[in-house]
Amino acid sequence: MSTVTWITARGLFGRARFLMLLPLPLVLIGLAVLCRSLGVDPGQWGPPVLVGLGLAVVLPVVALIVGTGVLGAEIDDGTVVHILTKPLPRWQIVLPKLAVAAGVSAVTVGVPLYVAGVLADSVRLGLALVAASAAGALAYSALFLALSLVTRRPVLLGLVYVLIWEGLLGRFVDGTKVLSIQQWVIALADRIAPTPLLGTTVSVPVAAVLTALVAVGFTLLAIDRLRSFSVAGETS
Amino acid sequence: MTALHAQPAAGVSAAPTSTLDLAGVSRWYGNVVAVNDVTMRLGPGVTGLLGPNGAGKTTLLHMMAGFLAPSRGAVTLDGEPTWRNPGVYRRLGLVSEREAVHTFLSAYEFVLASAKLHRLPDPEAATRRAIELVEMEDAQGRRIGTYSKGMRQRTRVAAALVHDPQVLLLDEPFNGMDPRQRLHMMGLLHSLGDAGRTILFSSHILEEVEQVSGTVQVMVAGRLAASGDYRTIRRLMTNRPHVFAVRSTDDRALAVALMAEPSVSGVELGRTGLTVKAGDYGAFTRALPRIALRHDIRVRQLLPEDESLESVFSYLVEA
Repeated sequence: MSTVTWITARGLFGRARFLMLLPLPLVLIGLAVLCRSLGVDPGQWGPPVLVGLGLAVVLPVVALIVGTGVLGAEIDDGTVVHILTKPLPRWQIVLPKLAVAAGVSAVTVGVPLYVAGVLADSVRLGLALVAASAAGALAYSALFLALSLVTRRPVLLGLVYVLIWEGLLGRFVDGTKVLSIQQWVIALADRIAPTPLLGTTVSVPVAAVLTALVAVGFTLLAIDRLRSFSVAGETS
Repeated sequence: MTALHAQPAAGVSAAPTSTLDLAGVSRWYGNVVAVNDVTMRLGPGVTGLLGPNGAGKTTLLHMMAGFLAPSRGAVTLDGEPTWRNPGVYRRLGLVSEREAVHTFLSAYEFVLASAKLHRLPDPEAATRRAIELVEMEDAQGRRIGTYSKGMRQRTRVAAALVHDPQVLLLDEPFNGMDPRQRLHMMGLLHSLGDAGRTILFSSHILEEVEQVSGTVQVMVAGRLAASGDYRTIRRLMTNRPHVFAVRSTDDRALAVALMAEPSVSGVELGRTGLTVKAGDYGAFTRALPRIALRHDIRVRQLLPEDESLESVFSYLVEA
């Protein structure tokens, strides 16, 4: 494990905000178990729990907390200078941090989605949700990591994207779905395990290409912004 | 101090030297000019960057360390720009003013992480050497979160020194240190300077600079106000006229009497009293009561007007 990965992981798990990751996945599992044990028809509870809660809330919110935490928290408290005063090409800082963010988000979201997917339909749906949400975690993480380098309020801006763009506009303005990571994840999961529980207007090739573009594009943006990272002077 | 001078800290060895050059460097934020057309060359030895708070010292240090792009001019280390060039950190170490450390790590882990990030051939040995240099062996296993401010500062210095850089920049390094730690840090900086390293540290406290460094760069309001040997600058400061505000029962008569006093270099009669310029602080304050008594004048107020550090620095700009 690289030193940057190690410091990032220690920093992430050492901060109190990491505890914020736990409740949402637990609620997701709890709801799925409850619906299943009460014998509710999966056609009734599947879409609101898997999509409405899992893909529309748990995935982006977990990715937001982790993605803005791996670099944004270090920028906030100034410890980023410690890593930046090293003769490392900046991609060697961004890529390990992105890997930690995407990995932690994918595991935190993948486990409850797998459980809920199995309870709602099948192991295949569970695995499809794990794979698609992992791709989504990568795209979200790249986006939120880059946001923490282009703005001083990455969490706020990230929330605006998730809640306003994906949540509100995605529901009423159909065209915005093309630029919604959440819809790409639904399209990918539905392609791997076709099921009436998941549905979107975005085609699979568009979803796959845009997911890759967002992941690569925002990673490159983050690397470039980190190269020009400025510390504000006391006199500014 | 002498004892510390005579015994360079263990682990400081002679190394190739480096020069940091600033050529016409300015930095502005919108309409505010933080650093204004500064040109300086820093070579081996210890240099103090002196100036009142808000003078632009930190901005200048950040530009030297590659953490801020100059709005105009160039900052180069041995001819290479420091901005957008992480390669310079092989030869450059920075201890910033902000107390930023990974509190969840121990000093040993923190310094070792630095050594590994520098890709040093033997990171463990380099870590032990750096921790010895700052005398943190006893507490090195404890979490940094449990340290005092001075210990954190020393840990940061150890991390900045782990790759034995030719250039070390320190922003207000003595803040939060107790007198013993200060003395040790001053000794360490001396040893590094004597071993051919280029050391620059900033401070707003004249006495700190006096004890550590013979060469100073004085910043005032973003400009390089004075540059050179500390003793010369100190002499300028000692010889500067002191300004007093004086109010008495008969200001005009007192003004006439004061002009005959050799320590007084000028008197201005204003509506609210006198403004007296005196070349010799002690002589004037001793002479005033005597003169007042002789002329039967009662002195109601005597206020030194320019004792703030700011006024000392502004005098330097005018000198």
